Amino acid sequence: MIEVRELRREFRIATSKGLRRNHKTVTAVDGVTFDVRAGEAVGYVGPNGAGKSTTIKMLTGILVPTSGHLRVGGVDPSRQRRDLARRIGVVFGQRSQLWWDLPLQDSFDLLRSIYRVPAQDYRTRLDECVELLGLQETLLTPVRQLSLGQRMRGEITAALLHAPELLVLDEPTIGLDLESKERLREFLADINTRRGTTLLLTTHDLDDIERLCPRLMVIDHGRVLADGPLDELRAEVTPERELVIDLREPGPAPDVPGVTAVRSEAGGLRHHLTFRRAETTAAQLITQVVRQVEVHDLAVVEPEIDDVIRKLYQRQLDQDAHR
Amino acid sequence: MLAGMTANVVFGMLRVAILAAALEAADGEIADYDIAATNTYVWIGQGLLGFVLLWGTNELAERVRSGDVVVDLYRPWHLQSAMLAQDLGRGGFAFLTRLAPPMVFGVLLFPFQFPASSAQWPLFLVSAVLALVVSFACRFLVDASAFWLLDNRGLYGFWNVTSGLLCGLTVPVSFFPGWARDVLWLTPFPALMQAPIDVFLGHGDVTGVLLHQLFWAVALLGAGHLVLQRAVRKVVVQGG
Repeated sequence: MIEVRELRREFRIATSKGLRRNHKTVTAVDGVTFDVRAGEAVGYVGPNGAGKSTTIKMLTGILVPTSGHLRVGGVDPSRQRRDLARRIGVVFGQRSQLWWDLPLQDSFDLLRSIYRVPAQDYRTRLDECVELLGLQETLLTPVRQLSLGQRMRGEITAALLHAPELLVLDEPTIGLDLESKERLREFLADINTRRGTTLLLTTHDLDDIERLCPRLMVIDHGRVLADGPLDELRAEVTPERELVIDLREPGPAPDVPGVTAVRSEAGGLRHHLTFRRAETTAAQLITQVVRQVEVHDLAVVEPEIDDVIRKLYQRQLDQDAHR
Repeated sequence: MLAGMTANVVFGMLRVAILAAALEAADGEIADYDIAATNTYVWIGQGLLGFVLLWGTNELAERVRSGDVVVDLYRPWHLQSAMLAQDLGRGGFAFLTRLAPPMVFGVLLFPFQFPASSAQWPLFLVSAVLALVVSFACRFLVDASAFWLLDNRGLYGFWNVTSGLLCGLTVPVSFFPGWARDVLWLTPFPALMQAPIDVFLGHGDVTGVLLHQLFWAVALLGAGHLVLQRAVRKVVVQGG
C-alpha cells in the first residue's frame, strides 16, 4: 500500500536578524524507509517536530519530497495527487474538512458530489457510520455548533464516504475525553478488521497505539528509530520487568538472586523488584519471594509504552554521542 | 444582504449627486455621458459591485496563513475550478439580491437610459458574467500570492484601492485623458466594470468589448492555474 525508500524533505528557514536575511536548511525527514501492507494498522509516533506531519503531507501528495522514492497505492502522490485523493482518506485532528456553516448532513452531501460516490453506496456507508458512531442526533446541526467529539466523529465519517483503501489520521484523538477516544478507537479497529482499510495514524496518545496498532514506528529527528510489533519493541528496549509486592508487616526487601534493582515505598510496606525477563520468570521469582516474606499482594508490571519510547530516544542519543 | 443592498443604494445616491454636479459644471455632458447615461452608469455600477464582487474575502489567503489549505489541496478537485464554481453560484444569488435592486431603484427614481435594442440585454448579461469571471481570476491571483508572501494583506489592500479607480467604478474610464484611456484598455481593469456598462449603454464597439473581456478571463484564469500548480509544488504548508 505504501512504499517509502530513503525519503528526504528539507526546508529553508529564514533566519532574519536586523536587516540581514539568511536562510538555513533544516531536514525534517531524513532518509526514512518503510513499507505498509494493505490492511495493516500502523502507529507513527514521535515527539513534536520529529517529522510525522511532514511525512504525512508527502504521503498525501501535498508536499513534494526533496529526494527519495515514494509510492502510495502504486502511484506517486505529488504527481497524481487527484487520483490518489479519490482512493485515500485523511483526517487531521487539528483541521476540519467539514463546512463550518453547514449542517453535517450537507457537508456529507457535498463530499459525495466532490468524490462522485454512487448514491446507493453513499447511503449504505453513511448509515453505517452514523449508526456505529452515534451521529443520528447531530446530522442536522451546523458544524460550528458541534462539540469536538461530535465533530471528530463527523470528520472520520467524511473521510470514509468514498471507501478509501487507506485512511491517514493525524492525531485523531487530540483533545477528546476518554469516552470519545474509546468510541473512536473501537470504530477504527472495526473498520480496519472488517473492511480491511489500511490505517496509518500519528498520535501522542499511546493508548491509541496499544488499542489499535499491532505495529509501531517511532520517528525522531526525521529518522525511523524503531519499527515492529509493540511487544517486540518493548522486550528489546526494556528487557526488565518489575514485581511489586505489598508486605503484611513493614520490613526489608527479600533478597532474591536475579533481582537487579530494589526500590522501597511506604516505610518498607511496598517493594519494587526489577528483574530481567531473559534470566528469571515471574513465577520463579514469586515462589522465592513468598518463601522469604509474608506477602499481602503482588503485581507484575509491564513497562509502559511511554518508557519504551523514551528508551528508544535515549538509545538513539547515546548512539549519536558515540559517533 | 439587506445591509449590502442598502449600502449600494445610499452610495449610489452620493455618486449620482457628485457626478450630476460635475455634469452641470461641464454644461450637461462629459465624454459621451449626459445626465441619463450618468445615472444609468451609476446604478448599474452599484449593482455590478456586489455581483462581480470586486472586493472579495481573501479567504484562500487566510486558509494559506492558517494552514487549513491542506484540506483544500488533498481533495480530488481542481481547487481553482471548484472556487470558480462556488463564485458563479454566489453570483447567481447576488444577481437577485445585489444587481437587480439598485437598477430597479435607478429606473424608478432617476432618468434612465435603456438599451437602444433589445439584443443588448442578453449581451449585457454575458458581459456581466465575464466581468465576474475576470474579477474572480484577479482575486484568485491576489489570494494565491499568500503562498509566497504568507501575509498578503498589503497586496490585498493595494488591489482594493486601485481596482475601483481603474475599472471605471469611481468615474467612467472615458473621463480619463485619451492616453490614459488607451493604456487602461490594454489592462484587464475595464473588463471588471466598465465593459458591461458600455455594453448596456451602447458605448463603443460591443464585440471588441466582449473579446477584451474574454481574452482577460482566459488569460487570468490560465495564470491562476499556473500559479496554483507552482505553489503546490514548491510551497510549505504551515504548521503541524
